[in-house]
Amino acid sequence: MSETATNFGFTDAADDQDRQQMSYIAAISEALRLEMRRDENVLILGEDVGGEFGGAFKVTKGFEAEFGPERVLNTPLAELAFTGMANGMALMGLRPVVEVQFADFITTAFDSIVQFAATTHYRWGSAVPWVIRAPSDGGIRSGPFHSQNPEAWFVHTPGLKVVAPATPADAKGLLIAAIRDNNPVIYFESKPLYRSLKGYVPAGEYIVPIGKANLARQGDDISIITYGTQVREALKAAEQLAREDISAEVLDLRTLKPLDEEAILDTARKTGKVLIVHSANRMLGLGAEIAALIAERAFTWLDGPIYRLGGLDTPVPFSPPLEDAYRPNAAKIVQAAKELAAF
Amino acid sequence: MTHTQLSPQQKLELYYWMRLTRTFDDRMLALWKQGRGVGGTFSERGHEAIGVGAAYAMYPDDVVAPMHRDLGCYLLRGLSPRRIFANLLGRETGITRGRDANLHGMGDLEHGIIGFISHLPQSLPVALGVAMSFRYRHEARAALTFVGDGASSAGLFAEVLNMAAVFNAPLVIIVENNQYAYSTPLSQQTKVPDLVVRAAAYGLPGVTVDGNDVEAVYSVVRQAIDRARGGGGATLIEAKTMRMLGHAIHDGAEYVPRELLAEWEAKDPLRRYEGVLQQEGVADAVELSEIGERCQREIESAIEFAEDSPWPDPATVSEGVYAP
Ligand SMILES: Cc1ncc(C[n+]2csc(CCOP(=O)(O)OP(=O)(O)O)c2C)c(N)n1
Ligand SMILES: [Mg+2]
Repeated sequence: MSETATNFGFTDAADDQDRQQMSYIAAISEALRLEMRRDENVLILGEDVGGEFGGAFKVTKGFEAEFGPERVLNTPLAELAFTGMANGMALMGLRPVVEVQFADFITTAFDSIVQFAATTHYRWGSAVPWVIRAPSDGGIRSGPFHSQNPEAWFVHTPGLKVVAPATPADAKGLLIAAIRDNNPVIYFESKPLYRSLKGYVPAGEYIVPIGKANLARQGDDISIITYGTQVREALKAAEQLAREDISAEVLDLRTLKPLDEEAILDTARKTGKVLIVHSANRMLGLGAEIAALIAERAFTWLDGPIYRLGGLDTPVPFSPPLEDAYRPNAAKIVQAAKELAAF
Repeated sequence: MTHTQLSPQQKLELYYWMRLTRTFDDRMLALWKQGRGVGGTFSERGHEAIGVGAAYAMYPDDVVAPMHRDLGCYLLRGLSPRRIFANLLGRETGITRGRDANLHGMGDLEHGIIGFISHLPQSLPVALGVAMSFRYRHEARAALTFVGDGASSAGLFAEVLNMAAVFNAPLVIIVENNQYAYSTPLSQQTKVPDLVVRAAAYGLPGVTVDGNDVEAVYSVVRQAIDRARGGGGATLIEAKTMRMLGHAIHDGAEYVPRELLAEWEAKDPLRRYEGVLQQEGVADAVELSEIGERCQREIESAIEFAEDSPWPDPATVSEGVYAP
């Protein structure tokens, strides 16, 4: 079972200094470190983020030594309270970056996020500029409570911003943008990409604006619209499709809220055939909103039904054959794309 | 403290369950090191006396909501090592049929066990609800649950203690204070190292017990359960122990001072009970090692069963989301 990580067995994130081949997780660490050096209002809090340990995934390893325990707050196990605390800090002009140990545990902090943070500026005009880092997604045999993709709940919530980087460069650029944004931003980072995806990451200050999608591959026959872990799968699928004479365009959304509607409509109008892919389950996932948007505003350009691929409407199963059946992957994307192309 | 009288036979049973738990754990860790595991897993090493002592104190019709280090509790309540091992390996024959990982989700109401979810401490309110159903039906039964030192920092802990007191619920809550929550030492979790004192704030009785002394655990839990079953309400028990290995299999726990581990190694619940049993003349070394061999055989056959078990059929992945 080569895909099985012996659980979340992670080494140091910051080891990788090679800019051409920087890992996704090292890019996250770098963004955090640079922002903390730049602005003393930026601080980190969460379970196990401090000390020598530096977090369950080691994103903040070495941070306490550099920035001190005042700026790297190791919290008791109490998500609702420490996320609510981030609300208060943010109102006072600090820029807390909260780590929830796994995205799955973000539900424990739900009230602090969707009730307080999301509504505050609308109600009384004060900004709540925090970031929650939420390690998400599965495929690594971690079971129902360490594999979730809960982004749709937050995309559904007015007042929040939501981003989901798919590359090391975007992991850095979007995190810096999120920290500087004056609103609560949930940053869904992909666990399966942490150490398996490497690429060029620009040095120094590098910002990827929130709200801008990236055309990851140009094509003519079909558009694959996706984000997060599935971008890599879509690009693999596009390679395969090219060998079968199907030219697939891949749009990486990067930001889930606010959606880059123009980029979505542009690609839909260009190819006339749209396949939306995400790891989260399909029912009322991002795909539903994107499909509705295209149906409303690009209907006459369409040459086929809008297809969606997502997780099944079940909890995320643990056992490898079940999880493989549950998740989208490159092979399933190829299959769906071929069907759609032939329509 | 007056230990409820245990017969030599009962003492040997306690030993057997602790030994079985330890053997299971050792073999599980070895398997994972050989790359034969699936996903991650948690070791309960050092917690044998708590899971076993508490489960042994339960009556057959009581219900327990264990957590991720209570392997002994699952075993004693009647989940076979085979089905548990098959669960760890994600097989069709496991308790969750490959749906949930390691000791998560291993619920089986036939055995009076509520399945565990990762979100801490979700077992607390559920166990309270179980207890309240007993009260509602005027049944003399108790619910038992566990919570870590870390999870006791969450608001739910306070909410449930309060409600259990207000409702006079037949509930026993055991705090497994093993000094760490993942990498976070108790000193960063709370300013009050004796977690049991929180009971007083809600008007509940609180009892501290040496979590490495199986008979002591049995005894205090038995008293609390008897009280609950008799209509006397809830009890908070703090069992002090030490997490002897990492948080989970991937974690080397370099952040734990080695002296602290050495100190607790000397209090190892299994070795300690072996000493007690020999001293009391309940068993000699030969008899104890015979029990050990029996446990070894059981676990080996459980592993064989699990590894030979089929994977779940992917075509069934959507089955079971809803009750029929
Ligand atoms: C709500 C929630 N947040 C975070 C986690 C991640 N997590 C799993 S176990 C753990 C530490 C638990 O410590 P403790 O309660 O002391 O139990 P122990 O593992 O020591 O037995 C953490 C932080 C979780 N499971 N649930
Ligand atoms: Mg603990």
